[in-house]
Amino acid sequence: MNIHTTPQRTPAETALIDAFSDRLSLLPGDGTVMLKRDDAIEAIKSGLPTRRIESWHYTDLRRLLTSVPDFDPTAVVKAIAPVVEGSTVLPVLNGVSSTKVPDIEGIAVQRLSEKLTDGSIAPGLDPYGTDDAIGALNTAFVADGYFVDIADGTELDKPIELQNLQAGGQTHVRVAVRVGAGAKAVIVERQAGEGAALVSSVSQLLLDEGADVTWLIVQEQPDTATHLAQFKAHLGKNAKLTLFVMNAGGKLVRQEIVVRTTGEGADFTLRGINLLAGDTHTDVTMVLDHAVPHTASTEVIRNVVTGKARGFFQGRINVHQYAQKTNAKMACNTLLLSDDGEFSTKPELEIFADDVVCGHGATVTEIDHSHLFYLMARGIDEKTARGLLVKAFVAEVIEDLDDEAIVEALETRLDGWFLAHG
Amino acid sequence: MLEIRNLHARIVDDGTEIIRGLNLTVKAGEVAAIMGPNGSGKSTLSYILAGREDYEVTEGDIFYNGQSILEMDPAERATSGIFLAFQYPMEIPGVATMEFLKVAMNEQRKARGEEPLKIPEFLKRVKDAAALLDMDMAMLKRPLNVGFSGGEKKRAEILQMKLLEPKLCVLDETDSGLDIDALKIVSEGVNALRAPDRAIIIITHYQRLLQYIVPDSVHVLYRGQVVKSGDKSLALDLEANGYAGVIGQAA
Repeated sequence: MNIHTTPQRTPAETALIDAFSDRLSLLPGDGTVMLKRDDAIEAIKSGLPTRRIESWHYTDLRRLLTSVPDFDPTAVVKAIAPVVEGSTVLPVLNGVSSTKVPDIEGIAVQRLSEKLTDGSIAPGLDPYGTDDAIGALNTAFVADGYFVDIADGTELDKPIELQNLQAGGQTHVRVAVRVGAGAKAVIVERQAGEGAALVSSVSQLLLDEGADVTWLIVQEQPDTATHLAQFKAHLGKNAKLTLFVMNAGGKLVRQEIVVRTTGEGADFTLRGINLLAGDTHTDVTMVLDHAVPHTASTEVIRNVVTGKARGFFQGRINVHQYAQKTNAKMACNTLLLSDDGEFSTKPELEIFADDVVCGHGATVTEIDHSHLFYLMARGIDEKTARGLLVKAFVAEVIEDLDDEAIVEALETRLDGWFLAHG
Repeated sequence: MLEIRNLHARIVDDGTEIIRGLNLTVKAGEVAAIMGPNGSGKSTLSYILAGREDYEVTEGDIFYNGQSILEMDPAERATSGIFLAFQYPMEIPGVATMEFLKVAMNEQRKARGEEPLKIPEFLKRVKDAAALLDMDMAMLKRPLNVGFSGGEKKRAEILQMKLLEPKLCVLDETDSGLDIDALKIVSEGVNALRAPDRAIIIITHYQRLLQYIVPDSVHVLYRGQVVKSGDKSLALDLEANGYAGVIGQAA
């Protein structure tokens, strides 16, 4: 006989459940959506994930989420300049999308609140897997965001920036983007703000045949914010996705990346940099499914760890039985700059096909002293020389993006971080 | 300009003594060649002058313009005018060569209390220097020394030397890995830097380089000591008769 005991609820769990009762009447959604919200809050009632759940091994959310701020509908935050100059900005300010949507040929933009009200977004609200705490939190509370549809064959000449800016309190935002066959786009997902916030953010991306997307996640939350984010993508036949993730802030950060190749010839590239400082916790967890034959992926994660920061990368690649000729390579390299910092990497390859090329590697290093000597021997003082070398370590990943405007824009963000934490 | 007095130095890691009572004086305007067989301490001497932390001076002193430099870190030595052209320049991925040159030049200017160079002036200086050394500007857009051939790395070292305008230049086996054409170009680059207020120390294995950069003095290093000094004829003598004779006299 099994005896089920429900552990006592933590203050955070209680606060979330109470907040749901309070917010319920304000949340948009038709019957289907509201049922999914009910399921989601039930999942939260059964407890936030602990380290005993493998996918949450490094981030014991139940223990780490110590407090939950109230919603603050009166808080004000203004849209900011986009990462890449000239981008079309779609702002979500303190959890609310803009009533003015830009009129760009080939792009249809809709407020997510409308898609919740009419229920058309409902299928996307289902959790993935059994331990989808971020999905549940978001589904329970999400009130707004955007739905973006890029028509077949559209080639955007400037990036779209989805700007999610919190103003303290709680914000739960979702964006869903479909990129049509043969369409090409650069999309920036900006995550920032200025308060002691709890943010959940879910991005869903669907790439049709031959679509080519560069998606840049730039996360620069203040060190008072808990940032729980999920990026989910399906890659159709011959679709190409380059995902770049930069974590450069946040007190407690979990960025999930869930990618599935659903069409032959799909190609996924992940480039990530984690700039970790202070007393913070950052977890990047990827689950990549090579579900069909002849698909490729490469993942390179570079980490800079200072102070008492703790970082984690879990990279899981599932190669399904029929997914022959899969080519997957994963690397995680860390530059450890303090004795009190830490970074852990957990690569997981689960391969059911027998004709594949898969590999992974991880390194942890300090600054190379011969490089430091070389720079100093040219008159560059030690602090500046160290800064150059640390920046070089992560800049290599940015340069992989191979687009001058994007590389320059991201290096500016990088410089900002080094200025604040050098 | 440079005076090394009874210098003893060892490798920090294992305590091996490499420099054992070395004396050497180089005057402003002088080009001094240091020659010697493998393992005599030539490269170690160049690293110690530049301030590499892997070596520890246990006795003696190094005076540069009358001041001991032992307490100065590599960057301070460089801004005071000491330059080492490396035998094996480091490849540093991710650091763009142009960015590196700009930072280095401006850091040195800052240390001397000068304004940073304006971008057009910086570019002009780099272009002019690169042209003299027959270097392609496209190369300088690459990360520092990454993917450079042996000869390209050596040219890049001389380019840096020209741009930083040091007062004491130490060239560690700059001729190794150079074909004859590159050797001529590099030598012309070095000769152009000869000046009454500048000293140049050329560390080399072979007399070949000294046909192009004619030294004022030649010093033979053996087992961490200068065992013989002379004028340029000493280099020819070594070429003809090998080190055995000189070393034999010293032993």
